[in-house]
Amino acid sequence: MNTADQYLKAIYLIQEVEDGPASTGDVADALEVSPASANEMIGKLEDRGLAAHEKYKGVDLTDEGIVRARDALSNYCIIERFLANVLEVEAFRVEARSLEAVIDDTVAERLDRLIDRSEQCPDCFDADTDACALLDLEEVGAD
Amino acid sequence: MSLGQTVASDRQLARLLQIGVVLEEMVEASAHHHVRKRDAELDEPVAALLEEAATESARHREQLEALIAELDADSVAYEEIQALVEAQYAAADEFDDVLYDQLCNEETAYKFYDDLLGALGATDDETTDAVSTGEASATVLADETAISVDRDRLVATLREIRAEEADGVETVTDMMERRA
Repeated sequence: MNTADQYLKAIYLIQEVEDGPASTGDVADALEVSPASANEMIGKLEDRGLAAHEKYKGVDLTDEGIVRARDALSNYCIIERFLANVLEVEAFRVEARSLEAVIDDTVAERLDRLIDRSEQCPDCFDADTDACALLDLEEVGAD
Repeated sequence: MSLGQTVASDRQLARLLQIGVVLEEMVEASAHHHVRKRDAELDEPVAALLEEAATESARHREQLEALIAELDADSVAYEEIQALVEAQYAAADEFDDVLYDQLCNEETAYKFYDDLLGALGATDDETTDAVSTGEASATVLADETAISVDRDRLVATLREIRAEEADGVETVTDMMERRA
């Protein structure tokens, strides 16, 4: 997943929680980058028609930006579920975060063939916990 | 979530190599499935291509497993992946075209190794597009001193496998074009 897609995913999730525009500070915090870096990338997303930024309010994804963000989120869910269900990694959330930059959507799509993903995906992703709610429930159920 | 992160750990590398093993196992399992289930339908060149792909993937898997063993991690049992692949084929109403399925396998593997080499900071002239756009994936393993496997050997192995995947894409594409 490239950097732009990681930004789109982060903005999308913040907007889900805030039910409104995402502040640059929140985006920077979510991605652990400086506000200046976040501003620069948000500007690039705006140039590409993927986001709209308004001073003092924050950034909103455009329809095209939302589509790309949801694709990126789906790929992230695939990585989480693959780690949890196939490789049986206990710390699948932590590891998914560190792997997402290296796993391209072509590869994620292939790994998706090995897992049983909900039709709700990515709507089952819980923005508050930054994790798939269904996977969490299954874990709790297994305990 | 993190961006631009330098992880540089054996665990990180082992996990990525495990994913490589799984992709290779998927190629093996798919090829064996097609040969077994559609033996009568497959003509000799296609059957030979699938057999060769399975053999090559088994060799790649062994190369990756040797690296994983050095990282004191486990590989992923072929039988487990084979069962998952078989379940996926059983659930599908219609199978993909055999050659198209094989092409997807080869392309996916190539992309994976190319991205992994990029994450190792070992891109070459053929793979600088992502870097030049400023959107390259984070350099995951930038600090080579933090991983215990010999980096030169690691990169050489991955480059060799990537080159064979590229050849595989070309071979399948040529065969598809001849049959078009």
